[in-house]
Amino acid sequence: MRDEILVDIQHLSKLYPVETGFFTRTNLFVHAVSDLNLQIYRGESVGLVGESGCGKTTTGKLLVRLIDPTEGKIAFHAEDGVVDVATLRGKALKRFRRNVQMIFQDPYESLNPRMTIYDTVAEPLDVQGIGTLPEREERVAELLETVGLTPASSFMFRYPHELSGGQRQRVAIARALVVEPTFVVADEPTSMLDVSVRTGVMQLMQELAEKLGVTYLYITHDLAVARYMCQRIAVMYLGKMVELAETEELLHHPQHPYTRALLSAVPVPDPTYKRKPMEIKGGISKPINPPPRCRFYERCPIADDFCRDNDHPPLEDKGGNHFVACYKV
Amino acid sequence: MRDKVLEVKNLTMHYTTRKGPVYAVDDVSFYVGRGESVGLVGESGCGKTSIAISLLKLLPDNAEILSGQILLDGVDLVPLSEDEMRRFRWRRISMVFQAAMNALNPVYTVEEQIIEAMQQHMPHLSDEEMHARVDQLFELVGLDPAFKNQYPHQYSGGMRQRAVIAMALSCEPDLIIADEPTTALDVIVQDQLLKRIREIQEQLNMAMIYISHDIAVIAEVSDRVGVMYAGHLVEMASTEAIFHHPVHPYTMGLMSAFPSIVGPKRELTTLPGEPPDLLNPPPGCRFHPRCHYATSICREKTPEFVEYEEDHYVACWHPGGEG
Repeated sequence: MRDEILVDIQHLSKLYPVETGFFTRTNLFVHAVSDLNLQIYRGESVGLVGESGCGKTTTGKLLVRLIDPTEGKIAFHAEDGVVDVATLRGKALKRFRRNVQMIFQDPYESLNPRMTIYDTVAEPLDVQGIGTLPEREERVAELLETVGLTPASSFMFRYPHELSGGQRQRVAIARALVVEPTFVVADEPTSMLDVSVRTGVMQLMQELAEKLGVTYLYITHDLAVARYMCQRIAVMYLGKMVELAETEELLHHPQHPYTRALLSAVPVPDPTYKRKPMEIKGGISKPINPPPRCRFYERCPIADDFCRDNDHPPLEDKGGNHFVACYKV
Repeated sequence: MRDKVLEVKNLTMHYTTRKGPVYAVDDVSFYVGRGESVGLVGESGCGKTSIAISLLKLLPDNAEILSGQILLDGVDLVPLSEDEMRRFRWRRISMVFQAAMNALNPVYTVEEQIIEAMQQHMPHLSDEEMHARVDQLFELVGLDPAFKNQYPHQYSGGMRQRAVIAMALSCEPDLIIADEPTTALDVIVQDQLLKRIREIQEQLNMAMIYISHDIAVIAEVSDRVGVMYAGHLVEMASTEAIFHHPVHPYTMGLMSAFPSIVGPKRELTTLPGEPPDLLNPPPGCRFHPRCHYATSICREKTPEFVEYEEDHYVACWHPGGEG
């Protein structure tokens, strides 16, 4: 399963101009995503974790082509050949949308309040011109049952405001999966949900991945959730990927000083557990025209002159497919 | 029995809505010892913030305390008028809200706002003493006093939350209520702030009620924990007991549904269903439609909140899943 590449991201960058005056041309840019390289294999779930503003959502939007990259290539290996996501247009883009879908964080905002659940879930079929009306009805009913909204007939003609947050997120999942995509970008799909409801949605997403052969890019700030959802985890810091490894390897043997700080800061639901203290300096800043050196330099507890005088370290395999971007490990 | 700063007895409050009354806090009783940190945990809509605003009597127009007592050092706050209540707020009992930006006035510097609170409640202090106290408070919450003359928008999210905590501490209250103070923050900033809150609370020997939906955060800051479900307090015990020997089926479910990054990766269990609509709560125990152990009595009678073991209270007909 780990041999067939589905998405191959090469040197992906996204720069946003900083708004200044109306008449002044800006030469300041936020480097939201900077030279990102990642291979996602068919059938796996990759977690993208990091703090707010690290570029994880921007990466997700680039992969489904909701925004255009500034630089770089995203090769998507569809069944009928490889396409470069960055240059798709017209019919090819529409065909791509059948393969790739996104689930958003907030089920209160991602569903149209004036559309019934049936219309919401059936809309992608309509856009893609899939099936006849009776076929669509049957498909939507079947999928609503699959995502746990049973009996489907009692949900089909209701509106989003009649549903709870957990039910809405299930509708959003059904809508993303109705066209049978191969790749789904899920952006914090459970972070708005309460604990007692969240686990059910997490399990549903895993079951569907196995049943329908979906590959996920799972974006989250919560490492504990990523542990349960993903086989591999990539850690981002200010637009750069700093570490990438198998989930348990990353959690038990983090190597990048940022990953170590992040892991040691996660509260643990056990009052007898004592976390290893790890102090890093200051708070996060915005990557506006950052110097070429390591982005973590200012806060790093182990940085030295070499880190200051050289470019951002490359992401290197430190053995056993554990990739780290740091000169000091 | 330890010295109690706050004792809440059978507190019931409701909101009047167009669709009928919503009993957000229903017959809730608990206490907070002097210098103790009590965590209140529950999901959205379970009534935890409603308890906080009831204790301070900062109720919106459509809310009303129907019955019960809120005893602060033996004085019942429920019958007090707004003027009388104002003497208690800040000085005796203060609050840190989740949205720090809304708690700060954007047109005054942070120092001016803290001094204003002190002028109201600690008029015996001179100007010099107040300025010196602002410096002390800044250092206490881990802010550089050099920033005290800046405006809230010049602060980062974590700094604002620290400033709000400094303000809440300014009049040396006996009890501080913190409602999700770190929820909007990133983990590293949250971690630094949690440590600081815990240190201050222990150092000043101040009582604290810490409200959160996140049981991992609650585990870090609390001596005792109360678990709320649909307007009821369903279980309350030492943090250790709540996390290692919970007896209410809801607490048990919550613990095994919560993922952790440490320890072996265990199977997460799911609680069936969803929390009830408080406009139309189920009869009997409000958790019974989602409970594995529910029997006919659970559907008919609301269980009382009783002592199960020493200082371990639970409202359940079948605590621990037993008959």
